[in-house]
Amino acid sequence: MIRVVLPAHLRTLARVSGEVVVEVAGPVTQRSILDALERQYPVLCGAIRDHVTLRRRPFVRFFACSQDLSHEPPEAPLPAAVAEGREPFLIVGAIAGGAR
Amino acid sequence: MSKVRVLAGTRKGAFVLEADGKRKDWTIQGPFFAGWEIYHMKGSPADPNRIYASQSTGWFGQLLQRSDDGGKTWEPVGNKFAYEGETGTHQWYDGTPHPWEFKRVWHLEPSLADPDTVYAGVEDAAIFRTTDGGKSWQEMPGLRRHSTGNKWQPGAGGMCLHTILVDPKNPARIYAAISAAGAFRTDDGGQSWKPITKGLYSPFLPDPTAEIGHCIHHMALHASRPEVLFMQKHWNVLRSDNAGEQWRDISGNLPGDQAVYPDQEGKTRVFDLRGFGFVIDVHAHEPETVFVVPIKSDSQHFPPGGKLQVYRSRTGGGEWEPLSKGLPQRDCYVNVLRDAMAVDSLDSCGVYFGTTGGQIYASPDGGETWSPIVRDLPAVLSVEVQTLA
Repeated sequence: MIRVVLPAHLRTLARVSGEVVVEVAGPVTQRSILDALERQYPVLCGAIRDHVTLRRRPFVRFFACSQDLSHEPPEAPLPAAVAEGREPFLIVGAIAGGAR
Repeated sequence: MSKVRVLAGTRKGAFVLEADGKRKDWTIQGPFFAGWEIYHMKGSPADPNRIYASQSTGWFGQLLQRSDDGGKTWEPVGNKFAYEGETGTHQWYDGTPHPWEFKRVWHLEPSLADPDTVYAGVEDAAIFRTTDGGKSWQEMPGLRRHSTGNKWQPGAGGMCLHTILVDPKNPARIYAAISAAGAFRTDDGGQSWKPITKGLYSPFLPDPTAEIGHCIHHMALHASRPEVLFMQKHWNVLRSDNAGEQWRDISGNLPGDQAVYPDQEGKTRVFDLRGFGFVIDVHAHEPETVFVVPIKSDSQHFPPGGKLQVYRSRTGGGEWEPLSKGLPQRDCYVNVLRDAMAVDSLDSCGVYFGTTGGQIYASPDGGETWSPIVRDLPAVLSVEVQTLA
């Protein structure tokens, strides 16, 4: 059981409140969490990573256990605390600095 | 009694404004999709309850929303816009090759006959189509693969395909305009496209009469006479009487600017240019009556002298009259963006436009008098109107 925190706009889009929970079979990585999340909430496809390249959208960040994991390889194992459900995987909209 | 529904896309959400045929008292619903940029919303002419909206942000990309109940409720539909095959490159601002990258949908053009068929104009410039009500989108790659495609360059706002006009008498004929690649036409339903830029003159280009590179802001036609096109271009207003084969300037007495560019011999020359602006539209019942909103340029992009005026030509261009009754005539420094004007088709044609200051102005009498429907929306990106029985 993996806990995922979505940014407000994506919670609205997925019609959820608070944390969401996804099941991941096999290694727990950014990619496997996002695969599970998009299976569960297809409306999020394309909103976190590109449909085709699967690259993280530039203004989206991935945090967990007080670390910025955004630049880690998508297949890299995530901390055990995330894999064991003790800590959430946070998907965060980058700070805009007041633009628009 | 007839009523009208105005669809307003703004920098921070969508709004649906409705009134009866008098167009005096308005109800305003929204914001829908609060916080997201709504570049364009448009209803299906074949089913006015069917409305499509382009929803995007720099953070979370592109979504497409669809309403089947006239804008009361919305459901996200497909948002995968994948270019067909090899994407190739266009020119970047510095002239280097740059791969085509999808950024957003600028314009949605529903089919005149089928509510499930919609064309989408996107950045980086390409045209997509859905035939299943937005669930899936397929590129019509003939345009992007045009032999000049590798030379197209973005304008300051990005390389956007912002205008799609479907010929109401011949659906296989479609016009498209791209900033800053130019205008194109297909006569075979999108298989092949040709530039339609003869007669255009852009002094900012190394060759001002080049086939591509013109910064076209918007185009419009009247359904009864679709071979006649009107164009608002960067610096002037033009008209074609033969489906874009040849254009002529119709800026006439529109407000002007002076701009300094090198001439054909490379010498600096001051050009007297008239008719800069972004929007252009045609009266619903008078094919020779055209509306524009002159804007001061090259970079100021607000009404000349702080006076917001719509200019109307009843002669198909060339002779223009300012219309200002009810519009602010001092201290007004808003812009009117390219997709932010529309007309209704009631007996007394209504004209509507939105501003970057968040006002939507309506004229129920063909431009004679104006009043704001609403004053304080987020910056308005697009305005469309549905005339409902």
